[in-house]
Amino acid sequence: MLAWRRLHVTAGTASRLLTSPRVIQQPWMCGQGCQSLSTSKSNQNDFFKDLEFQFESLRKKAADALPSSNWNPHVMNPDMPPGQADIVIVGGGVVGWSIAYWLKAKEGNRGGVKVLVVEKDPRYLQASTVLSAGGIRQQFSLRENIYLSLVSADFMRNINEHLGVLNEDPVDLQFNHSGYLFLANENVAHIMEENIKTQRQAGAKVSLLSPMQLQEKFPWISTKDVALASYGLENEGWFDAWTLLNAFRRKAISMGAIQCFGEVTGFKYAVSRKMIADEESMEYKRIKNVNVQMPNSREYQSVKCAVVVNAAGASSGKLVGMMDCGLDSTSSETPFPVEPRKRYIYVVHCPNGPGLDCPFLVDYSGIYFRREGLGGNYITGSSPAGDEEPDTTNLEVDHHFFEDRIWPHLAHRVPAFENLKVTSAWAGFYDYNTFDQNAILGNHPVVNNMYIATGFSGHGLQHSPAVGRAMAELILDGNFQTLDLSALSYKRILTQEPMLERNIV
Amino acid sequence: MATALLPLRRGWKQASHLFFARQTWNSSPVRPPSLPKRLLIFLAQHFHDVQELLIWTSKFKSSQLRKKNAYYGYTQRYYGDVIASAYYVLSLKGGFRYAGQSEWFHTDKRGKFNWDFLNHKDLPLEEVDMSHTIINHIGLDNLVGQPFLRTLSVRGCSEVDDWFLARLHEFQDTLEELDISHCPRITIGGLAALRNLKKLRHLDVSSLPRIANPGLVIILLEEMLPHCQIAANGYDHSLTQEG
Repeated sequence: MLAWRRLHVTAGTASRLLTSPRVIQQPWMCGQGCQSLSTSKSNQNDFFKDLEFQFESLRKKAADALPSSNWNPHVMNPDMPPGQADIVIVGGGVVGWSIAYWLKAKEGNRGGVKVLVVEKDPRYLQASTVLSAGGIRQQFSLRENIYLSLVSADFMRNINEHLGVLNEDPVDLQFNHSGYLFLANENVAHIMEENIKTQRQAGAKVSLLSPMQLQEKFPWISTKDVALASYGLENEGWFDAWTLLNAFRRKAISMGAIQCFGEVTGFKYAVSRKMIADEESMEYKRIKNVNVQMPNSREYQSVKCAVVVNAAGASSGKLVGMMDCGLDSTSSETPFPVEPRKRYIYVVHCPNGPGLDCPFLVDYSGIYFRREGLGGNYITGSSPAGDEEPDTTNLEVDHHFFEDRIWPHLAHRVPAFENLKVTSAWAGFYDYNTFDQNAILGNHPVVNNMYIATGFSGHGLQHSPAVGRAMAELILDGNFQTLDLSALSYKRILTQEPMLERNIV
Repeated sequence: MATALLPLRRGWKQASHLFFARQTWNSSPVRPPSLPKRLLIFLAQHFHDVQELLIWTSKFKSSQLRKKNAYYGYTQRYYGDVIASAYYVLSLKGGFRYAGQSEWFHTDKRGKFNWDFLNHKDLPLEEVDMSHTIINHIGLDNLVGQPFLRTLSVRGCSEVDDWFLARLHEFQDTLEELDISHCPRITIGGLAALRNLKKLRHLDVSSLPRIANPGLVIILLEEMLPHCQIAANGYDHSLTQEG
């Protein structure tokens, strides 16, 4: 130990001695007419530089030889995931990190479950979480969706109790409690009335407004063709998705979850054939290893795991495709019904638009808009009609979509929006459930140890805290404990019974 | 704790710099903490025991807050809504006034109050003053049953945040005066929730430290609540920018 310290001291003095010879390098300092004509570096300096380098490497070798160093003869990529993990969550968006946080919160003892979260994009450029409009509402027609939103709002109300890390800044979601306003024309007003009953029974605070009340409350709206409006009074609004994602990530990592940036390129699985009825058998798969490939590299790590959670959002279908499972040996294959769908969001500026009381307005024509900040900016978008889905290979924005599909309805609903200017736009993917546009939560029917938490079709962010807890209960306790979400399991896709959301949009 | 403090394993220490690092996920300015706090932070970074102790202390504090603000169901069952709300207000060291009476019932600094308020069982509460108390959004459960509440003051309450303001919609038909000045947790998102209070005539939003541009916010509030007089003192509206 003393010998090493002496080495350190001599190296230090040597390096201090070496600073003075550097003046020789500058040729113009040695008087007029004296030019350095050599094109190679001075040999004298090389010797001293070499000496310094030798001292440095000697010091490093000595430190590595000591028993407390972590020198390993195998030089490995430090960003590789571990060789083994209990639960591998594929997808580092808000749903994936929420599941990781809840798994760590429920594990019971420190280090109980080893959780690895794999995310393919370290910059989150195409992740749906950060590209979303960030709204949360309870105005659904399906009871499970209302409960998920209520629980998530409750989580966000007490977010610092859940996600506060010791000695770190508290989480500030910048939650705007402005509520959602849904407008219905005569054709769909009855659906809205039925939905309100379900919402009130489930505990959501919503109120119905007639056109006259609507005009009185929001004088900037034009109530032409509006028969009924439903307005959320509490727990509705919008917030910052990136803050929520990072809060989950920070807390989960502080509790011991492991983050890895890499892409899942395949699985190693075991197949077993079981008899399910007389003379009928079925192949069941069990994942043994997950192959995670490092970004921009051909290196990959095969992570041995017990459970895989598919929270990959828009790429969930691709992930299940790697398992190559036909779901039914007798009848035709039902493909995994989640695919990416591109949606545009436009930022517009309107000087005379609605003020601080502007809610998240959703019109029956499919358009929506909400206030963004205090400077007269608004965020607007729309769902395209059924057969005009935009191309999902890139995230390019189509500005004609705004002019043709959004602006006329905007100006019709809010006359002040006739003169506005589009300042910015972006596109993001929905993990769209082509079957019934609602989440799929639960086990995969054929792959025994893959859990699915995807297919949210635009509602992933607002349901993420509640979904995380439900999935952690499913994985660690075997069953849903607090919220019964068995209606959202994969079973409905096999039996072809859609749980449709009867919302007016 | 008589045994040696449990030192952290190396692996955890390496991970700890991830979340004890100062500038990662929030952009708020960092003030240097005092010496005892720095000592505690140093110990918490190196020993599991100290870290757990600090986590337990903060959990205990938040559970105490929750308990103090819990629903006074027992009182409500035996004495009725009004007495339960009145008892809650007095327990939290606030004050109130019954409708039709000019006398205020207050709790003094030592927590003592006059039990005469039990005599007026049938009168509803009209004005409630909860300034500088620990009321939060859970505590509003106790006040929600008051159909005639006209004035509410939560001046200087450290636990009143945006979610508290969002719950005030339950008083939308009757609340006429609201004082939320000096509350350190209220932001612009919560002020947007005040749009439901149609009957509001006086609103005091002075000295809210987390409002970034107070001049603009006051103008927007005045547009949102046209019949309301808004008092907003304690802001520096000067044009020079510092820092």
